[in-house]
Amino acid sequence: MTEYAYLIALLPAFAFVAIVFALRWNEKLASGFSILMILISWVMSIVVLFETIGRHGDVYEAWYTFIQFNSFHLQIGILIDALAAIMLVVVTTVGACVQIYSLGYMHGDPRFSRFFAYLSLFLFSMLGLVLANNFFMIFIFWELVGLTSYLLIGFWFEKVSAANACKKAFITTRMGDLGFLIGLFLLAFYFETFNYLEVFDKVGAGGIPLWVLTAVPIFIFCGAIGKSAQFPLHVWLPDAMEGPTPVSALIHAATMVAAGVYLVARSMSLFVASADAAMVVAIIGVVTSFMAASIGLVQNDIKRILAYSTVSQLGYMIMALGLYGVDTAHGHHSAGYVAGTFHLMTHAFFKGLLFLGAGSVIHAVHTNDIQEMGGLYPKMKTTSITFMIASLSIAGIFPFAGFWSKDEIVMATVHHPIFMVLTLMIAFMTAFYMWRLCFLTFFGKPRDQHRYDHAHESPRTMTGPLVFLGVLAVSAGWVGIPWLHHGFSSFVYHGEPHHAAPSLLLMGGSLLVGLSGIFVAYLVYYRRIISPDKVAQRFRPIYNLLYNKYYIDEIYEAVLLKPIMAFARFMWTFDARLIDGIVNGVAFLTLVWAAVKQWSDTWIIDGMVNGAGWVVRMIGGLLRYLQSGSVQFYALFIAAMVVLVILAKFELEYTTLNWPTMTIIFIIGIMLLPLLSRLTSDRSKTAGEPENE
Amino acid sequence: MFYYLSLAALLFSIGVFGVITRRNAIGILMSLELMFNAANINFVAFNRYIVSDGPIGQMFAIFIVVVAAAEAVVGLAIVLLLYRNWQGIKTDYINIMKW
Repeated sequence: MTEYAYLIALLPAFAFVAIVFALRWNEKLASGFSILMILISWVMSIVVLFETIGRHGDVYEAWYTFIQFNSFHLQIGILIDALAAIMLVVVTTVGACVQIYSLGYMHGDPRFSRFFAYLSLFLFSMLGLVLANNFFMIFIFWELVGLTSYLLIGFWFEKVSAANACKKAFITTRMGDLGFLIGLFLLAFYFETFNYLEVFDKVGAGGIPLWVLTAVPIFIFCGAIGKSAQFPLHVWLPDAMEGPTPVSALIHAATMVAAGVYLVARSMSLFVASADAAMVVAIIGVVTSFMAASIGLVQNDIKRILAYSTVSQLGYMIMALGLYGVDTAHGHHSAGYVAGTFHLMTHAFFKGLLFLGAGSVIHAVHTNDIQEMGGLYPKMKTTSITFMIASLSIAGIFPFAGFWSKDEIVMATVHHPIFMVLTLMIAFMTAFYMWRLCFLTFFGKPRDQHRYDHAHESPRTMTGPLVFLGVLAVSAGWVGIPWLHHGFSSFVYHGEPHHAAPSLLLMGGSLLVGLSGIFVAYLVYYRRIISPDKVAQRFRPIYNLLYNKYYIDEIYEAVLLKPIMAFARFMWTFDARLIDGIVNGVAFLTLVWAAVKQWSDTWIIDGMVNGAGWVVRMIGGLLRYLQSGSVQFYALFIAAMVVLVILAKFELEYTTLNWPTMTIIFIIGIMLLPLLSRLTSDRSKTAGEPENE
Repeated sequence: MFYYLSLAALLFSIGVFGVITRRNAIGILMSLELMFNAANINFVAFNRYIVSDGPIGQMFAIFIVVVAAAEAVVGLAIVLLLYRNWQGIKTDYINIMKW
């Protein structure tokens, strides 16, 4: 089956093409076909995963050469190792759930078929990205993911905010992709190949300048910063909430943002070679994570909270991967790589579940504001329970999936105390804001009676995926239980498999932090012992800072957008005045010149031609009287000429007149003759008929 | 010889004058005959006084008389057609070749 793994990516692409060209007029058929294809992909992914497990660490690679330069070739190919196999399963699982869920969520949307076509294209891009065996190909799919996320975030493009959000997402990630592209150029120049394994071999073999070894991973990480919404470029992700909720689930759980983490994990050999680059990754990760978690504390939009939680969890993964690079570069063992990829997997399940659950809630109450919800638990039991399972999971509560992966991440920070403190603080904040969300949404008194009355449980197509993902959100972590000898860490690893000794202390610590976060949320938002308003009042500056997301959007607005807009306006003026002026001036001069030429054409050139014609015509007008039609006149003419010739002969011989003079006399005579004939013929006409007889 | 040539010149001039001035087609034909005959006189006279070996000029004169007869036939035929088409033989009418 592994040989056919490329089909996993191609089936959704086929679904996309089929929907676009054939099936889009039939909504049932379009959505059904799309779901069928992703389900086949899903089954194949699972088979591939088991085959990969069976291969015990050997990678499967197949390619065909796309473009060949002298020694440099671009390949189209697939590379399946443990990481790719896991990602395939994660992407197809979440993708299938989201598609089935969309059947219910998007029901009645005028662009229903198109939505499924986009989803299929999105999954194709992501699966292609996962399967790629070289940096060139991953970049292609990387950009495809960017494109489809743009299409999907802006799916309801009638909404101005959605149109702006998709533009923001696209342009912001493009910033990161620029760095990625520079990294690729460096890679092509110094490594002379894009193939992962060859690049990694060359890193190990040495001979590459040190600055390149540092610069390449940092530039490639720029791409991940954009796609995975890390600190300077995270601003697009919360705005991406404008898309339909299933899209948010897909983007946040399995596809778009996972791509960045996947890229970092995939090119880990590059990061391992440079402790500096890896440190940059780790710092960016932890800063992002901390910042996003703190913003999440005070937001009120259910999807925004989840969005910041995603940013925060991604920061976790990035940090874990970065710390792995740092530790390995210094020769220590580290659980970071396993932790990052493991958390990527579990996070995909529970975050997908959270978003789908949020979608279900929004579907029921038609608002995003958690302050308007409340007490929904009796009305939406399935949604509430699965949502809470996911919340427990993300808060890191034993024995849910998130507990095991979060534990790994904490373990990855053992060599870096500062990181560990921050990680635990983030874990606390995560637990707090997730349960704040849960308590406000599902418990307490309904704060908006009208919305509450209207609320109802979602249809089967929506709750089915919720339950399925709920099971995974509980159990997906069990493959990584540290006591397991052939668990996740002996399957997905970088370099040598390494079993971190399970540490009960760390586990207990992180569990305690998670529980305390939930407990505080319980006190504040369920028991109402501590009034959140008073806390907000007390720490007003901090609250405002967090509520306004550290003013980063405003800072970008002021620092980047305003100058750019001003510059653009200046350039516009420049264009309008100078460039257009030059163009118009040239056009005006051309017009003037054309007028001159037209005048000269009309009067000089045509004048000459017409003048010649006119002269000939005048001469003809004179000479035509010679042709009177009267044969007798011709005879007279001939006779006169003969007489003239004879006279001339005598004159020449006996007088001083010369040839030219004679010729002139001749011509004058010829000119005079027609007049003469005219006179005679006129006279004969006027004289009437009976003249001669 | 002077008298012969003078006579011929006179005849020729009368003929030319007639051709040019007569408005009657028959008259023109008659004037043409005068011109032919002027030429004939010249031929005969030159044969008699200048090239006297053999009757070349006289043969030419007889030849011209024959040709003139033929020409007169053609000319009269044309005149007949003119009369049929224009109901008259005044040459003033016959100016369809005008400009």
